[in-house]
Amino acid sequence: MSGVLLQVRNLQVYYGTDAGEVKAVDGVSFDLPRGLKLGLVGESGCGKSTMAMSMMRLIKPPGRIVGGQILLDGVDLASIPEEEMRRRRMTDISLIPQGAMNSLSPVARVRDQIIDGIKDHDVNLDKADLHRRVQEVLESVDLDPDVADMFPHELSGGMKQRVCVAIAIVLRPKLIIADEPTSALDVVVQRQVMQTIERLQEEMGISMILIGHDMGLMAQSVDLLAVMYAGRLAELGEVHEVFARPIHPYTRLLISTLPTLGQRGQFSGIPGITPSLLEPPPGCLFHPRCPKAEPACSEVCPTLIEERPGHWVACHPNGRA
Amino acid sequence: MTALLQLENVTKVYRGGLFRRRSTVALEDSHVTIGGERPTILAIAGESGSGKTTMGMLLLGFIGPTEGRVLFGGQNLWQAPKATWQQFRREVQAIFQDPFEVYNPFYKVDHVLTVPIAKFGLAKSRAQERQLVEEALINVGLRPEETLGRYPHQLSGGQRQRITIARALLLNPKVIIADEPVSMIDASLRATILRSLQGLKNDQGISILYITHDLATAYHICEDIMILYLGSVVEAGDVETVITEPEHPYTRLLVGSIPWPDPNRRWGHAEEVAKGKALRMATSGCKFAPRCPHAFEMCHLARPPLYRTAQSRAVACYLYRESPMMEGSAISTVLGVNERGNGSSATRAGL
Repeated sequence: MSGVLLQVRNLQVYYGTDAGEVKAVDGVSFDLPRGLKLGLVGESGCGKSTMAMSMMRLIKPPGRIVGGQILLDGVDLASIPEEEMRRRRMTDISLIPQGAMNSLSPVARVRDQIIDGIKDHDVNLDKADLHRRVQEVLESVDLDPDVADMFPHELSGGMKQRVCVAIAIVLRPKLIIADEPTSALDVVVQRQVMQTIERLQEEMGISMILIGHDMGLMAQSVDLLAVMYAGRLAELGEVHEVFARPIHPYTRLLISTLPTLGQRGQFSGIPGITPSLLEPPPGCLFHPRCPKAEPACSEVCPTLIEERPGHWVACHPNGRA
Repeated sequence: MTALLQLENVTKVYRGGLFRRRSTVALEDSHVTIGGERPTILAIAGESGSGKTTMGMLLLGFIGPTEGRVLFGGQNLWQAPKATWQQFRREVQAIFQDPFEVYNPFYKVDHVLTVPIAKFGLAKSRAQERQLVEEALINVGLRPEETLGRYPHQLSGGQRQRITIARALLLNPKVIIADEPVSMIDASLRATILRSLQGLKNDQGISILYITHDLATAYHICEDIMILYLGSVVEAGDVETVITEPEHPYTRLLVGSIPWPDPNRRWGHAEEVAKGKALRMATSGCKFAPRCPHAFEMCHLARPPLYRTAQSRAVACYLYRESPMMEGSAISTVLGVNERGNGSSATRAGL
């Protein structure tokens, strides 16, 4: 079981608004090898949650997948019929949604919320087996089996998050998409939940896409890091490599904004604001904020190229130097 | 000299449930001092439910203490005349977490800036009002012509947060209470806003209480830090030594869980405290003892006092019982010392 699990090819997801078309995801391509964790990082509004929802085919109007392919083990999730996609959710690909704590039903016991997904996928299990399955999955996310009979309001934020993880893995998917799974949690609980997710991911050989804005969390957990800016990938590579030798000026600036455990007071902001996706600037979308911008940058939009083995960047040569 | 703002033996209990039978002790016997002779940035850190926001609300006079006193210039705020409150509202300003909820979407952003000017009669004419507003905006790095006359939805989160800082500055405050001012803001802007806070301290001599759960930013902009756990201070001192050499087991857990942005410095998989969450139990012992890997008999019996482990450090933990004990009210004496980490490892009892 090696090789590439997921291939995203030139994915385009647009939102139609009264003011015009918003290209939330515009030509994103990447490969995810089996068993690895990919981090997708970017500022608010860069299209990272849209990526998550389109990979699950849960994009709702006015949003739509305009073009491109999402190949999971060779099957294009972007074009299969809705009924087939429904069957593949949870069995092949599942989502730990953003603010997972609010995505549980407040009126159903944890047990029923876990069983619901199993039943919906026509898994034929008798009552005793279902019961055992629920116990197993709760134990695997480090929850007490008693939690099965509780309602969400009886659980803490971290416990609710674990229930969401349990629901996501109960049918053993090949790929988990975790959209800011810990953004509402305290650092200690965040660390515990992330370590549970990582342990499961390793034990069950699940691949993962972790979406977030916290570069610190990314550095702690992922194997590959993709930096997104205004709907496009700016840089993609092995996480140590990207942190140690970032190529794109945006990535470099982003890393310089992070408070590290070094000299105190050594971090700075990035001037300017993210561009409006309704009226994107011509050429490279980052050029109005880029310290290395040249005339060419405002004319031609750079494509993602492999600058070093396994390290991709979308920037004109002057910025990469 | 008396500090501008002080909490003295303050306890805050929230009552809830039917007939107010359920009560939660949000803050217990706390002492904080802010706005002394030298301006400083003091961080109040802890997880949700540690009482850090309650502390901010008490210092802002939004809620009154259940026990103890809130002192403003040495005067008990809750027995002070109206004139003192007027002065208090001017000299102590707030910056809140969410720059989206502070604004009324029907008013232009100018409104939040002109209201305090009118309220406190700062300007004699329209032109003077305009000048004050523009100065305040320039102070926080905003261009007035790009900001004024706009509606809140037309501005980014970072711009809105900087306008709330500008508003706080209009009144020439002596103290700013900033409750999670950057937690909703992207990394690219976070640094810019923290820099403007630092600028306020350095250039205008304003003392800032920085309430946060983010130890990484606290490490960079603060001088001193107090760590709260379930309403009690567990450790206080110079931020550099507290973060780089945490002493209290809870601080160690907290510091060990910071996701530093460095893939070569990952969280250890061997966990000191694998499970357990903050339990709000009535205990006469140390509140952290149920989760603490070093807890021994004594910890469950009586609440640990503060031990002064170094000139600039106080820790409420029996592991340091060989260090001299100190009164809770003396906690401000370990802050603002900034001796930069000598002697703090001298009394590392039994570890």
